[in-house]
Order: sequence, then structure tokens, then C-alpha cells
Amino acid sequence: MKRPLAYSGLGLAAIAGTFLLMNTLPGCRPSTNTATAVTGDAASKVYVKPGEHDEFYNFVSGGFSGQMAVYGLPSGRLLREIPVFSVDPESGYGYSEETKGMLTTTHGFIPWDDSHHAELSQTDGVPDGKWCFINGNNTPRIALIDLGTFRTHSIIEIPNSAGNHSSPFTTGNSEYVVAGTRFSIPMGSDAERDVPIKTYKENFKGTVSFIHPEPETGKMSIAFQIATPGVNFDLSHAGKGPSEGWFFFSCYNTEQAYSLMEVNSSQRDKDFIMAVNWKLAEQLAKDGKGKRVPGKHHSNWWNHHTHSTETTVYEDVLQLDPKDHPGLVYFMPCPKSPHGCDVDPTGKYIVGSGKLAALIPVFSFEKIQAAIAANDVEGDYAGIPVLKYESVLHGEVKKPGLGPLHTEFDANGNAYTSFFVSSEIVKWNVEKLEVVDRVPTYYSIGHLTVPGGDSKKPWGKYVIAYNKITKDRYLPTGPELSQSAQLYSIDGDKMELLLDFPTTGEPHYAQAIPAELVKPREVKFFKIEENKHPYVAKGEKETKVERKGKEVHVWMTTIRSHFAPDNIEGVKLGDEVYFHVTNLEQDWDVPHGFAVKGAQNAELLIMPGETQTLKWVPTKVGVVPFYCTDFCSALHQEMQGYIRVSPANSNVPLTGYTVSVDAEM
Amino acid sequence: MRITLLSGFTATAFILAMAACGGGSTNDGPPGAKSTPPGAAAAETKAPSGLITAADITLGDIDAKMVDSGKGIYELKCQACHSLGANRVVGPGWKGVTERRAPEWIMNMMLTPDIMLDSDPEAQKQLEECLVRMPNQSLSKADGRNVLEFMRTL
Repeated sequence: MKRPLAYSGLGLAAIAGTFLLMNTLPGCRPSTNTATAVTGDAASKVYVKPGEHDEFYNFVSGGFSGQMAVYGLPSGRLLREIPVFSVDPESGYGYSEETKGMLTTTHGFIPWDDSHHAELSQTDGVPDGKWCFINGNNTPRIALIDLGTFRTHSIIEIPNSAGNHSSPFTTGNSEYVVAGTRFSIPMGSDAERDVPIKTYKENFKGTVSFIHPEPETGKMSIAFQIATPGVNFDLSHAGKGPSEGWFFFSCYNTEQAYSLMEVNSSQRDKDFIMAVNWKLAEQLAKDGKGKRVPGKHHSNWWNHHTHSTETTVYEDVLQLDPKDHPGLVYFMPCPKSPHGCDVDPTGKYIVGSGKLAALIPVFSFEKIQAAIAANDVEGDYAGIPVLKYESVLHGEVKKPGLGPLHTEFDANGNAYTSFFVSSEIVKWNVEKLEVVDRVPTYYSIGHLTVPGGDSKKPWGKYVIAYNKITKDRYLPTGPELSQSAQLYSIDGDKMELLLDFPTTGEPHYAQAIPAELVKPREVKFFKIEENKHPYVAKGEKETKVERKGKEVHVWMTTIRSHFAPDNIEGVKLGDEVYFHVTNLEQDWDVPHGFAVKGAQNAELLIMPGETQTLKWVPTKVGVVPFYCTDFCSALHQEMQGYIRVSPANSNVPLTGYTVSVDAEM
Repeated sequence: MRITLLSGFTATAFILAMAACGGGSTNDGPPGAKSTPPGAAAAETKAPSGLITAADITLGDIDAKMVDSGKGIYELKCQACHSLGANRVVGPGWKGVTERRAPEWIMNMMLTPDIMLDSDPEAQKQLEECLVRMPNQSLSKADGRNVLEFMRTL
């Protein structure tokens, strides 16, 4: 408590006063009259007939759920919640022996996270429907979701990072996805990391990392990491077109505060957008100019053939220091703690959204290049050149609303910016910097999405608001209410509210893509012939039960509607039983479940052709049932079995079998 | 045409379906079985598109290599539900199946069970007995032909 209380109090009062003033500005207060916000034919525009498909997939981050939800648009129907960073007992994700590895890190097994930004992989600057990336904000990670299986296919941990917020935005051909640390921290040896917090200015550093996903396999590795001054990185986007080869990161807390941040990191009039020449960084890395520094991290990858996780542990990471490489990194002043950092479809303009600002600055890539060439700088920040604000500015959108956060684009030269404080979406013309329309959101919008809206070729048609607060919008459900999405048509001159739908977790960034780009990729089942799981049973002939010391391994199969073996005896207290369950089905939409009484972990859902393993440690003597939890046929209720558990000293021989009353060979 | 054929065979077909799924194995010459004049059924009823016809299958001397391959596929994809004996496990036992069913009917049940269960009266009667829809086990045409060859040895 170095600062006098009176000072802090003044700071808070100043902020409050600013908001009060802002709220009195005309045209900024959201309408709360829903009736006026929806026009008569909205229903027909979102109605998808039973049996028909939506036009778009919408991949929505789950926020504190740690997962990713998939909705159809325009209906808003929830299609799937994909387990990513958080365990999922209904499928066994994070519990089965095969999937546990996906959530391992250098901190051990981390069964949860805070997932913020969904970003589709791109080809030629346009989403291609192959993968969707999502960041783990808490224990810094990036996940890659395979859109053939809608499953988490790989997860990489980000070293020398403390909160992976400005992530996982992609370059135009998904050469890289990025990760920038939200919190700067001391790095290096134990002694270098164990320092007083008040030594932030001297000892705390940031990093931004460029992660390469292997095009064929989806395995991820860190290509290089750029060391930065100690600030907070917030969001980012790649350049495109003329700005291809550059990456832009918003950063705040250039005050380098470490306490009471809401006041202490809001002191300076401007923070920065950091421009990184990643093509140069790539070349430097290739030329061996980087330095390998400590940075132990895990890269976990799902092998479709063994149906198991493979983990690679890296001890260090290649780091580039911009002080050693002039031309690699520049700062551009950006008003008031910038949050969103968005590049328009032409790649000519970079939009910064100062969340405490009452204007939107738009930077010109051409001017940035000219300023760099002319060394038009106002000084440096921790050794990194700071370009002159006026020299790199295309212009400012004046008084657009309160609390600008994020911007997406359509194909007609318009931008759509979310305003948290004034709870609205504002449409404005990028060239002219003029506001052309505004609509209220219910309530307090955070992110927003236009299909393809951060790419070279937006599909447009809709803008979707992701709201932090719903209050009175739905049937009340106690103190905890759902967050929501709102769908607006942007086909006409005026944005038109069409639909509200509640969301799972808290939606942050989301992306949408025409369904036709994803549907042809769908894997319907895994070919049993290609199953290379070490404990696969390729047919009932290969089912068996074996003891390895205290471990009992059961090679089990499922098919509509029985298990083999379904009678197991000879297990003793003190044993660990591993049920390796192979689903022999070879058709779409026929998973089987496996659940055993007293399982302290979870159940399994096994897809056709797949093998998954549940570890079960019996705690009582007796005969214990197991059964299928996924209604699989008319005789699903008959899909069950028994496992007999005997005392530790018993002599019951280990056997597993099925008995058929009338099968004769 | 199709409906006439169906009603004409209802009684025997039902008994045979019982036989196929339930227990006995008497064979009185069911529709679609080998004893039916070759091509008769195909001539009278147009097979739904996607189905194999009798003309698509040539049966020669037993081919040992095909039998081997068919046996392997059986053990991987079929054995969980079908015994090689006469009696039912989930679906009918395979002993003598090529005596009871025409080769194209067997192939169609293996390759496109959904089409058969939606359109073929014999398949539907069998489902009434077995109650579990025959799963599509994703067999290629060649896989199916090899399994058929294996069945001919039973």
C-alpha cells in the first residue's frame, strides 16, 4: 500500500465520473424496448425446417467452461459442446487412459481452463473449415480442434507465458497461430523468477509466441518466441494482403503497474499496438539468429490410429530479442488500454479499440511502412521504437459509442464494432470513418462475429453479438443466469435483430463458416481395420482377460447390443481393472457407452471402430454390474454384464466369457 | 406387382423368419432362396436402386483364397452377432444360410442393410424376430463377396 488511499479514491472517482459523463451523451443509451427492436418477419429468417440444416456453423468459445460450443446459424440451435480444456465425464474425455494425456502440462494434469477465442484455420486468408483453434487463457495453452471429428486433436502448452489471452489468431495460411502473454512475469532461472513483485519494471518481461501446426498431422510446436518489455498483451490479428507478413498485438499497462490495475494501468493517455514483422522473425529463426532459452512445455497430440494421446516434452524454446534485431518490432501509440486489434479485409487498415476511449483509431499499413522508412518515431519504449501516432493514423471514428471492444468486417467496406458500456453494435465505413448505423444489444456485448469477418473475404449476412449479461431476457434460473448470443441481419442498410439464444459457458470470440466447407470433411466412424490401439480386440475372437500383477486387463468388444466378455470373474480387492473397450460397429451414429458401478472417474462413450480404456478400482467384494449408457437398440436395456470381485486372498481363477443359450457351432 | 408377391408369401415367409432367427432350420423353399427359379424374383420386382441383383453375382467353384478373406472379415465384423451354427445369437446363425437365401439377398443385407430393412419384406420380417437392426458394418462389395464365399462352405 504505497499509494495513499486518497489518491486511489480520486482515481476511481475520475473513472466513475467519465462513465457518468459518457452515459449522458445522446444516442448512446441502449433501448430496452424489445418490441421496437424486432420486426415482423424476423421469425421466418431464422426458421430452419425440421430435418433441414443450418447455413453456417458457429464455433463459440466457452469462456469459463473451458470448452467450445457449436451452434447452427441462423437457427441458434446448439449442435455440440466439444470438450477441449475441461474434463467431460459423459464422454470420458480427460478420464479415459487415452485422453488423460491431452490435459497434461508442466504443472501436471490441469483438468480445466478458461477458453476465450475460437479461430478457424485459413487458406489464402480465408477460413477453410479444416481446424478450429482455441486458447486456454489460464494455464497458457492452444488447442486445435479437428473439424472432421469435432474433437480436440492437439494441445500445446506455451512456456514463458502467464495467461494466454491474445491468442490463437492465425496467419493467412495457418503457418502460425500466436500466443501473447496477458501477464508479464519474471523469467529464467529459479533465482531470476523469485523476485519482489514491486521490481516489475526491472524484472518482468512478456513474450509473444508463434506456434506452427503441421499441415498434415495437426501436431503443434513453437517455431519461435519474441521477448518483449513487461506489459499486458490483450488481442491480436495477422496482416493480410499488403500487410501480409505482419502481426499486430494490442497491449495495455504500459504503466507497468502491478497492483490496483484498474486505476494504475489506466494512467497513460495511450498504450500500444505492437507491430511484428513475422516474416523477418521467421527468417531470423531460420538463419539461426535466435537463442534457445529455458521453456519446458508439453505438446499433446491425438493419434487417430492408436486412439491415444502422444506427448512430446520440450525443454526450451527459440527466442528472438527485438533489441538485437532492428526492424522486427515497432510500437504504435493507441488510446486508452486497447483491447480489440482487428485488420480489415483489404489488409490496409488496423483498428484498435481502446476500451476506455470515446473514439476508434484506425491505422494505415501504408503509413506505418512510410513512418518506418522515414524513422518517424517519437522515441522508444524499453528499446523498441515508438512510431508517431499522427504519422501512422488513417483517422479516428469520432464519438462512435462507449467502450469499444472488438471489430469485425463485411465485404462492402463496413466495420462492426461492439461497445460494452453503451451496449450496442455500431456499423461504420472504414474508408470514410463515418458511423452509418447502430443497434442495441441485450445486454453488454463483448465480442461479435461476422461469418468470415476477420478474413480476406467475409461472407457477411449476419453479425452475432455475444453478450455478458442477460438479466430479464429468458425465464429466470436463480442467481446464475445464462450468457447469450444475438443474431442480426446485415444484408440491408439497417442492422436487424432476428434472434436471441442462450449460450453455454461465457462466449468470448467466435467464428462462423458456411456449413458446406465443413460437412464434406465429416468422419462418420473409425475403420476397425485401421485401429492400432495396443489393446484393441478386432472381433470377439480377440476378447480376453489377462492379469499382469495387480493389473487386470479386459479386452472387451461392444456391438448392438452386448459386451464380450460380459461375465468376468477372478478379480480381487486390491486389483486395478482396465476395461479396454472396442466398439465393433462400423456405421455412423452408433456409439456405445460403458459404465461400471462405483467408478470414481467417469463413464466412456466409444465411437464406432474406436478403443477406449476405463480404469476401475473395486472397493468392495461382490458382483458388480456394468452396462451401456448410450441407447443403442431396442435391446439396449439388455446390454449389460457382471464382474465378480473376490477378497484379496481368493483363488477364483481369472476368466471372462459370454454364454449363449442356443448358439451351437 | 410387389405387393401381390408379398401377400402371396406372407405365411411361409413368417415361419421362415422365425426359423432364421428363433430356432428351427427347416427349409421349405422360401422366396428368394436357391430353389426359386433363377432370376424370377428379380424379374418380377424391381430392386430399389443401390441393391445388387442376381445378375451381378457369379458363383463358381469354391475359391479358397476368398473363403479365407471372408472368414477374417467374419471374425472382425460379424461374429459378435452371428454364430456359424444353426441358431441365433443376435442375428441368425449362418449354417446353411446359402441354402435358405439367394446370394443377392445375402449380399444386400451385408452391404446395405438399411435399404433392405426399409424395403425388403423378408428383411423386415427377420427384424420383427431379432429386434436389433442389422448394423451396416461398412463392407466393400469385394468384402461382401468374400464373406458370401465363406458362407458357401458352412
